[in-house]
Amino acid sequence: MTVEENNGVDPEETLAIGISFGNSNSGIAYTTAEGKAEVIANEEGDRQIPSILSYIGGEEFHGTQAKAQLVRNSQNTVAYFRDYIGKEFESIDPTPCHASAHPQKHDSTVSFSIQDVGADSPHDVSVSEITTRHIRRLASSASDYLGKKVNATVITVPTNFSDAQKEALSKSASSAGVDLLQVIPEPVSAVLAYDARPESKISDKLVVVADFGGTRSDVAVIASRGGMYSILSTAHDYSLGGAQLDNVLIDHFAKEFLKKNKSSSDPRSSPRGLAKLRLEAEATKRALSIGATASLSVESLSDGLDFSSTINRTRYEMLASKVFASFTKLIEEAVRKAELDVLDINEVILSGGTSHTPRIAANLSSLFPPTTTVLSPSTSATAINPSDLAARGAAIQASLIQEFEKEDIEQSSHPMVTVTPHLSRAIGVLVVSENVEKGVFRPLAEAETGVPLRRAGEFAVPRDGGDVIIKICEGISHIKVSKPPAKPKGEKKTNGKAASDDEDDLSDEDESEDEPEDVREKAWKVGNVLAETTIKGVKKGGKVEISVTVNADLTVLVTAREVGGKAGNGVRGRLEKPQVTENGSA
Amino acid sequence: MATAQTSLPLPVLPEGWSAPSDFKAIGVLSTPNQRNLEPVGPHFLAHARRKRHKRTFSEDERIQAQENVKKVEDEDADDISEPEDPLMLGRDAKDWKGQDHYAVLGLSKHRYRATDSQIKRAHRKKVLRHHPDKRAATGSSEDDSFFKCIQKAFEVLTDPIKRRQFDSVDENANIDPPSKKAASKSVSAFYKLWGPVFESEARFSKTQPVPKLGNDKSSKEEVEEFYNFWFNFESWRSFEYQDEDVPDDTENRDQKRHVERKNNNARKKKKSEDIARLRQLVDDCLAGDERIKKFKKEARAGKDKKRLDREAEERRVVEEAKKAREENEKIVKEKEEAEKAEKVEGKKAKEAAKNAAKKNKRVLKGSVKDANYLLPKGQEVGAKRVDEVLGDVEAVTGRLDNEELAALAGKLIGLKLAEEVGAVWKEEVQRLEEEGKLKLGETKTLGS
Repeated sequence: MTVEENNGVDPEETLAIGISFGNSNSGIAYTTAEGKAEVIANEEGDRQIPSILSYIGGEEFHGTQAKAQLVRNSQNTVAYFRDYIGKEFESIDPTPCHASAHPQKHDSTVSFSIQDVGADSPHDVSVSEITTRHIRRLASSASDYLGKKVNATVITVPTNFSDAQKEALSKSASSAGVDLLQVIPEPVSAVLAYDARPESKISDKLVVVADFGGTRSDVAVIASRGGMYSILSTAHDYSLGGAQLDNVLIDHFAKEFLKKNKSSSDPRSSPRGLAKLRLEAEATKRALSIGATASLSVESLSDGLDFSSTINRTRYEMLASKVFASFTKLIEEAVRKAELDVLDINEVILSGGTSHTPRIAANLSSLFPPTTTVLSPSTSATAINPSDLAARGAAIQASLIQEFEKEDIEQSSHPMVTVTPHLSRAIGVLVVSENVEKGVFRPLAEAETGVPLRRAGEFAVPRDGGDVIIKICEGISHIKVSKPPAKPKGEKKTNGKAASDDEDDLSDEDESEDEPEDVREKAWKVGNVLAETTIKGVKKGGKVEISVTVNADLTVLVTAREVGGKAGNGVRGRLEKPQVTENGSA
Repeated sequence: MATAQTSLPLPVLPEGWSAPSDFKAIGVLSTPNQRNLEPVGPHFLAHARRKRHKRTFSEDERIQAQENVKKVEDEDADDISEPEDPLMLGRDAKDWKGQDHYAVLGLSKHRYRATDSQIKRAHRKKVLRHHPDKRAATGSSEDDSFFKCIQKAFEVLTDPIKRRQFDSVDENANIDPPSKKAASKSVSAFYKLWGPVFESEARFSKTQPVPKLGNDKSSKEEVEEFYNFWFNFESWRSFEYQDEDVPDDTENRDQKRHVERKNNNARKKKKSEDIARLRQLVDDCLAGDERIKKFKKEARAGKDKKRLDREAEERRVVEEAKKAREENEKIVKEKEEAEKAEKVEGKKAKEAAKNAAKKNKRVLKGSVKDANYLLPKGQEVGAKRVDEVLGDVEAVTGRLDNEELAALAGKLIGLKLAEEVGAVWKEEVQRLEEEGKLKLGETKTLGS
């Protein structure tokens, strides 16, 4: 049926949605006629649909309903299977599936042994078949919502998804009746989701995208240059995620339970008790991201004893401080891998469900300088829900390419097109600074910008106008470290006594960090001078517009003219490409 | 492209700085890093477009701008650029049933395909041109009959029920089926001529989408689906639009009912005529469809092939059985011959053995005779002695088989002396006695 439909459908009738396919949760999103990405809630009203399928009594459950089955029907519930797609059994990490159907070896790929619909005895269902079913359920939810048949999709995956895995994913999607138009990396999708907002301005910036998921965490450093994205480095941690935070809460509440019921057995020792506790702990964790306290109550947790308790955020943050620290460390690692400094980063985008946690955002705010924007719900009012980011970006990409022919998409994402030389150093202009005799570098095009590129800037002229010299040169960014001016740290909290111990902690840290440390700031060093040119007779208070174009063959075109000046008052010059061997016209 | 603003001023031109055309190229770029751009986002797509078509920034901007402009123009120009037929302009609005509503609004190209927004826009355009007030202002006649036509057409086409009724009888949207001759001219002509016919008929289908005629590469399933669909075609076509006007006076009720009945019958008749027409149309198409013949031929070829295969198999089995039988006979025959030959051989050998035995016996007897019946030379041999010795020799030879006879004869041949012959015999007798074939002392003359 699907094949026929896909063949018969005109390209106009392609209806593409974005899917973020996570290990723990998936999301679906579409783009409205106005070009805004909207996340679709499924039949149960979930925007975060657990990537879980469960089979019981000849019925298939999906999403939240399937997740609830983890308690009673764990062996027939398939969860956390995304990372197994297209992988060999030998190379997978089965840890996350401990409390659900266990992965099995099946012709060198992975399968799950479950009591399938319409079968009497458990049998193997391959991970690609599971993926197909999952995607089919997501697509049908989207179709129900939109009232039109969804037949194409863009899916987000982690940056380290191999080509074989993408291929397997594509096959699974097409068996589910949706054409996989493109597979895009999750962090890039997140950046796109922010950049596609109507109010956002496209600029040159370095973005750290931290994707903290349920079972794993990925960080990518992305150079966003005029709306084009290049990944500079990535860092992954497969055992760091929301589950770690859940474990902290599970341990805490289990101890609490044992304290209250001395004779009872440890709820963590029975799989069912653990599963119940895990489900509730996750809900509690979410509640703690929003409110200052949260409660947890489980019926018949262990030995038929009910349990209910509350926890406040401070306590939780103390218990989980180690885990929080490792999130921060992972980001530091990614920045270091990109050979950058935290001062270079303009924006931090927090993505993934775990990013709702205020403490993580707060930690990052203190890691990065105040000039860096940390986009998370707790630090920025305009931040997009971190759980939705990937799906939104995918929906935007889907709407951009759904009109395209398959061939066009392939050609456009071919390495011939995507691999481009990126500037190793910034290109800019020397201007006069207030006090120093020597010029100050003002970048026009930042480093790591892909060519061809074109950047322009307007520059002021000396007060009286006249002739000016324009020096185009390369700039090298470095971190200037200087002793801080002897200045007492800002006023201390006078009401520290009344505040909770958390705040004390904070201020303690602040003091210990600030006092001995030097002031670090980003500065430019002038590198190679590329060209000199001049504009003569600029009017008083006039401005000069300088634009630099670097062509694909790395020749540089410089134009300069007076803004609003005479038509003739401008220069234009050309620089040869590096290591010129052939002749070229100047 | 955003322009960055910098408030710090540019330096003043130093004295003595000069360059041809005010530009001095000094250095080149540092070696760039090769990196992968992520193929995501509108700006990347623009980059890909530039790179694939080898355009520069400004070229690309120009081309994109032109494309955008064209789109807008198209939208403006699309529907309603049809020339207006003067005959149509002169129509009387009273006769609205006879008018082509689509043509009045300038949508005769679109007809049943026209969307509501197209109809609205077309109507507005026509109204702007033909509004009676406007006509009056320009000084032409105040005749507003065509404006009424426009309003009527708009009324009919914007009401889904009325529009459907009109579409049912919209002859101008019909495409006549091709003649047999034209359709059979070439393979492509058939599909080219019949395809649009079915596409226009498909508008009456209650189920959408309607399978297409396809082409000569369509599979058997597709072709079968197509004809099955059309033979079971469910049409919403109705013929109310062509009803006679029902008189509206309450006085003549019978007349009213009569007209109503007449109308109903006419509708039914037309409907059944239409069904028959469509049926005929599909039959005609089916008759001319080369694909059906092809599939039949293929099916027959398939069947024939099965039959041929079966026959060949039978033939093969018979032949094999025959061969096996012949083989068997041959083997039996050979066996018999061999046996016969063996028999003959055996007889010969027996006879030869017999002869040899006789000869050997003669030798044995001869040996004792030559040796003077084992008495010393010169000694008289009595008849009794001869009988005794010969009797003993007989007794010994009777117990020997042919081979032993031959061996013994071999030993005795050539011996004449009584001692030597006697020794041989003695040895033989002893051997036989040891073997127990001869009783001790049975052969007195030869034993000692």
